[in-house]
Amino acid sequence: MRIGSAKQSYAADAALFDSATQWRWVALLGASLVVFPFVASQYWLYMACLVAINIASATGLNILTGYTGLVSLGQAAFMGLGAYTVGVLQLRYGTPFLLNLLAGGFVAMLAGIVVGLPSLRVKGLYLAIATIAAGVIAHFLFSHFTALTGGTAGLTVPPASLFGIQLDTDFRLYWVIVPIAGLMLLGAANLFRTRIGRAFIAIRDRDISAEVLGIPLLPYKLLSFAISSFYAGVAGGLFAYFFRAITPESFPLLMSIFFLAAVIVGGMGTILGSVLGAVFMTLVPEVLKIVVGWLPLGGNATLILSPVRTIVFGLMIVLFLIFEPHGLAEVWRRIRRLFHLWPFRT
Amino acid sequence: MDWWLLFEITLAGLGTGGLYALTGLAFVMIYKATRVVNIAIGDMLMIGAYVFFAFSAGLGLPIWLAIPAALLVSGAFGAVIERTMIRPMLGESPISSFMVTVGLSSVLIGLVELVWTADQQRLPEFLPNTPITVGEAFISPKIFYGFWIAVALIAVVLVLFRFWRGGVALRATASDQAAAYSMGINVPRVFSLSWVAAAMIACVAGIVVGSIGGLSSAMGVFGLSVLVVVIFGGLDSVLGALVGGLIVGVMEALAGFYLGGEFKILATFSLLVLILLVRPYGLFGTHEIERL
Repeated sequence: MRIGSAKQSYAADAALFDSATQWRWVALLGASLVVFPFVASQYWLYMACLVAINIASATGLNILTGYTGLVSLGQAAFMGLGAYTVGVLQLRYGTPFLLNLLAGGFVAMLAGIVVGLPSLRVKGLYLAIATIAAGVIAHFLFSHFTALTGGTAGLTVPPASLFGIQLDTDFRLYWVIVPIAGLMLLGAANLFRTRIGRAFIAIRDRDISAEVLGIPLLPYKLLSFAISSFYAGVAGGLFAYFFRAITPESFPLLMSIFFLAAVIVGGMGTILGSVLGAVFMTLVPEVLKIVVGWLPLGGNATLILSPVRTIVFGLMIVLFLIFEPHGLAEVWRRIRRLFHLWPFRT
Repeated sequence: MDWWLLFEITLAGLGTGGLYALTGLAFVMIYKATRVVNIAIGDMLMIGAYVFFAFSAGLGLPIWLAIPAALLVSGAFGAVIERTMIRPMLGESPISSFMVTVGLSSVLIGLVELVWTADQQRLPEFLPNTPITVGEAFISPKIFYGFWIAVALIAVVLVLFRFWRGGVALRATASDQAAAYSMGINVPRVFSLSWVAAAMIACVAGIVVGSIGGLSSAMGVFGLSVLVVVIFGGLDSVLGALVGGLIVGVMEALAGFYLGGEFKILATFSLLVLILLVRPYGLFGTHEIERL
C-alpha cells in the first residue's frame, strides 16, 4: 500500500522513478540483468539479445507512432538501412564498432527525414501507406545496389571488436546489446520530460491545436521521424552484428508490421509498453513452438508451426485492439493498482 | 520501336489493370460505407480464390456450381469478419481499425497456409484457351477474358449502386451516416452489406487472378498494388479506383517489360510517392477539411 506523495519540487514530481521502492526494483532488475548471462543457457542468451534489439526498435517506433501519432510501416526499412550501413562500414573499412552504430543510426535518420517530408501534407493512413513505399524502395536498393550491398546474396558481417575483445559469441554481444538498448530506453523516457517530447504528445492529440499553441508542425514531425529512425538504425546495426548476415529479405514488410504490433500490444505512448510489447511479441512464437511440440501431432508439428504462428500473430493484434486497446502497459498498471489499493480493494 | 509490341504490352497491362480496378472497387466500397482502410483486401481475394479451389478441385464440383458456392462462402466470410472484427472497432480511431485489418491479413494468410499449405496450387482451367490476336498483337486468352469478366462485374456493381435499393442505401450511408439512419436506412446492415459485397467482388477477382497466375499464400501481394491504385485514385472515389487501376496496370506492364520484372513494384510505389507529394488525396478523392 502506498499513501500520499510528499513531493517538494517540480523536479521530484517529474522524476522518472519517484520513490525509493521503485529505485530498489530498478536496482534489482539491473542486478538480475547482470547475473542473467552467467546462469542462462545459450538459447536464452540468444533470446535476450534478440529481445533487447527488438525493444530498441519498438521504442523508436513508439516515439513516432505512440507519442507523435504518425503511423509508420517502414520501421524494417530503417533498420535495414542501419544494418547495411554498419555492414558495409565494418566489412570495407573496419571502422570502430560504436562509430559504425552511430553511422547506421544517422543514415537511417536521414532517410527517416526524407520519408517524413510528406507528413505535413498527408496524414494518418495515407502516411502509413507512404511508409510502405519507403520499405519497397529500400528493398529495391538493397537488392540492386549490388556494388555496395552484395545484391540478393547480402553481406556477411565480420564480428565487431570492442576494446580488443572480439564480439563473436552471444555472451559477449549481450554485454553490448543490452546496455545500448537500456541507454536508448532511458533516452526515450527522458525525451518525454522535455519540451520536444511534450510537443510530440501535443501533436498526437490534435496537430492543428498544437500548431495554434506555437509548435511548428513540420520541424517537430520531422524530428520525430528522425529520432524514431535513428533508433531503428541503431537497432538495425545491432541486428547486423548479432546475426552477422544480412540480405534484402531480412527486412520484409512483415517485420515493420511486427514492430507496429509490438507497440500496439505493449501499449501506444508508454515507454513500458514498448518493452512489454517487444518482449511479449518476441517470446510468443517461442512459447508457441513449445505448445505445438506438446500436441500429439507427430511429424506434422513443424509443418503446422509456421501457419499457426502467423495466425496467432494476427489474432493478437486484433484481440488486443478490440479488448485491450491500451495494451499490456494498461494490464501492468492495473496489477500495480491492485497492490496500491490492497487491502482496501480486493 | 516496335509499336505492335508496345500495343501488346499495353493491352496486357490493361488486362491486369481491369483486375486492379475490380479489387479497388471492393476496397472503395468498404471505405465509403465504413471508413475502414482495408489492407487485407488482397488476402480476402486470396481466400476467395482458395474457396473456389476447394469447391472445384477439392470437391470436384462443376465450374457453374463452384463459382456461386465460392461467392456465397466468401460473402458469409465477409459478414463474419465485419461482425467479429470491424463492428467492435466502430468509433475507434481510423488507425485502430486499419491495424485490425493488418491483423486480419495475417490471420487469413495463416489460415490458407494451415489448410492448403504454402505450396503453389493450380486452379482447374475454365477460361477458353484459343489465343486472341488484335492485328499483330497477341493477348493471352486468360488475361483477355479476365479483363472482360472484370469489366462486366464492374458494370453490374455500378448499375446496382445506381438503381438497387441496397446500393442506394450504401451511397446514402457513405455520404452521411446519421442522415441515412434517420431516413430509415438500417446503417449497421449497410456496414455488413458492404463487407459482404466487397468479399464477393474480391472472390471473383481472386478466381480470375488465381486462374492467370496460380494460387499461393503470397497472393495477397496483389493487394499492395491495389492499395496504390486506390490511393492514386482517391480512397473514396469509385471512378478513381477504375482509372487508377487501369493506369497502374499499364504502368506495371510497361515497367516490367522495358526495365525488368523486379521494377514493377518499384514503379508502382514510385507512382504512389509522386501522387502523395502532388495530390495527397488522389486524383478524385475528397479533400477533407479539418475543423477544430
